[in-house]
Amino acid sequence: MTEVIATNQTILVVGGGISGLTAALEAAETGKQVVLVEKRPYVGGRVTQLYKYFPKLCYPTCGLEINQRRAKMNPNLTILTMAEVTDIQGEAGNYTASVKISPRYVNDNCTGCGDCAKAVSAEFDDEYNYGLGKRKGAYLPHRMAHPQRYVIDPAILGTEDAEKAKTACKAGAVDLDMQEETVSFKAGAVVWATGWQPYDANKIQPYGYDRFQNVITNVEFERMADPNGPTGGKIVRPSDGEVAKNIAFIQCAGSRDKNHLLHCSRICCMATLKQTHYVQEALGDEGKSTIYYIDIRAIDRFEDFYQTVRENPNVSFIKSKVASITQNRENSNPVLNGVDTEGYHRYANEHDLVVLAVGMQPSVDKSSFPVDIVINEEGFIEPATENGGIFAAGCSSDALDVNRAVQQATGAALRAIQVVNRVAGTEG
Amino acid sequence: MSDLNTAMTERYRNSFLMEVEANVEEGEWVKMCMQCGVCAGSCPLGNAWEHTPQKLFMMIRAGKREAVLSSDAMWMCTSCYNCIARCPRGLPITHIMHGLAHYAKRLGLVPKNQPTQQFSQIFWDNLMKKGRVNELKLGLSMYFKDGFGQGIKNAMANKQLGQNMMKAKRMNAMEFFGGHGIKDTSGLQKMIKKAQEIEDAKYQGNS
Ligand SMILES: Cc1cc2nc3c(=O)[nH]c(=O)nc-3n(C[C@H](O)[C@H](O)[C@H](O)COP(=O)(O)OP(=O)(O)OC[C@H]3O[C@@H](n4cnc5c(N)ncnc54)[C@H](O)[C@@H]3O)c2cc1C
Ligand code: SF4
Ligand code: SF4
Ligand code: SF4
Ligand code: SF4
Repeated sequence: MTEVIATNQTILVVGGGISGLTAALEAAETGKQVVLVEKRPYVGGRVTQLYKYFPKLCYPTCGLEINQRRAKMNPNLTILTMAEVTDIQGEAGNYTASVKISPRYVNDNCTGCGDCAKAVSAEFDDEYNYGLGKRKGAYLPHRMAHPQRYVIDPAILGTEDAEKAKTACKAGAVDLDMQEETVSFKAGAVVWATGWQPYDANKIQPYGYDRFQNVITNVEFERMADPNGPTGGKIVRPSDGEVAKNIAFIQCAGSRDKNHLLHCSRICCMATLKQTHYVQEALGDEGKSTIYYIDIRAIDRFEDFYQTVRENPNVSFIKSKVASITQNRENSNPVLNGVDTEGYHRYANEHDLVVLAVGMQPSVDKSSFPVDIVINEEGFIEPATENGGIFAAGCSSDALDVNRAVQQATGAALRAIQVVNRVAGTEG
Repeated sequence: MSDLNTAMTERYRNSFLMEVEANVEEGEWVKMCMQCGVCAGSCPLGNAWEHTPQKLFMMIRAGKREAVLSSDAMWMCTSCYNCIARCPRGLPITHIMHGLAHYAKRLGLVPKNQPTQQFSQIFWDNLMKKGRVNELKLGLSMYFKDGFGQGIKNAMANKQLGQNMMKAKRMNAMEFFGGHGIKDTSGLQKMIKKAQEIEDAKYQGNS
């Protein structure tokens, strides 16, 4: 059984992405008790799936490692993975949370040796790689996963694979009888940091993401560019595995659009500009990037980054929101159709591969949110007094890049600390 | 050029956008266009346009009054609604197209022999006579709009279509002599006249 010791002076953090992790660590390092509840088998959230960060083009693993070390060293922080909050009752200073923990079928004796993965054979779509690759039924979600503990996919239970994994494990870590559990505990304040998800590209009908293999999304492109990713860092066309040399990026795919997300997702212009660096890095002068945009929003200090990309002769810019994509049947090349705003010329441009710069949809489910909370028309949590002791952090509050998400999460941690300090004041 | 056109030019001298906002159906939406190009790229008319909706909206903002109002672009719209369905800003583009056409017509700025405009006029006149469209006369008026000789040619070219329509009882040759109508034609005509007066007054007030 999982045991969680918590009081009204405990801070509950929901979501262990970079924002939740930051809020949890900042609060724990001031001496507060913190429980972090993360749905995935590991912490770090979506940044673990990025190859490099703008603007410095450094690796996300670097910052994550520091955070993981901070987490390991801090006795005030309890991390529950594969866990979801199912209910929250009460008010600021006195909440009771119920958390459902799914069985991992691997206990904390796991040394991360990987023998179980070698022993099993069935393969599944790898969610970490957005389905671009396969993983085994006993797996470590990704190379740098924290905790470094394997997971057994419930789909192999009752099959030979499950027994094979169990037999292979010398540490006695595989526990096929593990059950789902629900724990409830007290908390004085809650930091809500469930982040974002890529907007569902299937909904952008004219772009044919569901029909054309060589139309992919920016999050998939991050995985493709990563040398540790499913293609070993090769930028290829899903239709034939050929190297893609002439790549189009379509901005605002599903953002700033009353049929999709109303808001500007704010990071996708920078993400695309960054991804042209990936093309340059992988293919040199052979790789050509074309960015179709309404306007480039390289917010505040990122102007320099934009200008550098502008100067790259291998990158061109076309001011136009693409109207539709069709496909050249002979070579499966996507053909982009539209009208160029600078001159109003009609075009039908063929490319090897198209990357849709899909936007950020908040992962805040209004209908199943455990308590009453003020959510704006874009789906983000508003900073409202009605929310009591619940504070949004990171992309639950707005479309933010990592730097801003982390700053915002630190602010949310401070709010939560103020609430539990008030409780401490009255309880003595 | 009409008096109304002169009056409008005087009144909105500096801002064609304001003129459009005040006088064109759904004109107040024009300023919401972010020039993304989706409507232009989605319109099935493709290269047949003199100006796409996107371009027309920019021209309005740029004060290109003559070029917009005397253009035949808005008359080309087929009301397919592709643009409305896709516009990220939700502009009622189709309706603005028709609004612009209507306004240009009111000001007497429609290009000569613009076929959509001609058809619309013939359709309207036909409808006003009896309160119902007389399909036979409508067809004939269209055939003969460019003179007798051309009319015969047009009629011969579409002979089969006409015969088929008669066979399917979609058209009746007897309609040529009068044709059927509604019960109270003069009542309808009075109603329309009143509506026209109200509309005229509105434009006069705006000018
Ligand atoms: C293509 C692309 C490229 C990008 N590149 C960059 C870049 O180079 N530099 C940069 O600064 N930013 C970049 N970003 C933005 C960056 O990804 C975000 O700023 C960052 O992920 C925000 O972190 P977060 O913790 O708020 O959200 P998330 O990373 O989404 O983390 C949320 C966490 O909450 C968990 N969770 C969700 N729901 C629940 C639940 N109900 N219960 C428990 N847990 C839950 C999730 O599993 C996840 O671990 C990029 C974004 C995109 C789309
Ligand atoms: S579960 Fe066992 S076999 Fe698998 S990685 Fe952990 S210790 Fe190794
Ligand atoms: S950041 Fe750029 S691509 Fe993303 S929604 Fe805003 S303008 Fe569009
Ligand atoms: S689609 Fe809408 S916003 Fe885009 S150019 Fe056309 S009218 Fe303007
Ligand atoms: S409704 Fe008119 S303007 Fe709009 S796409 Fe169709 S034809 Fe073009």
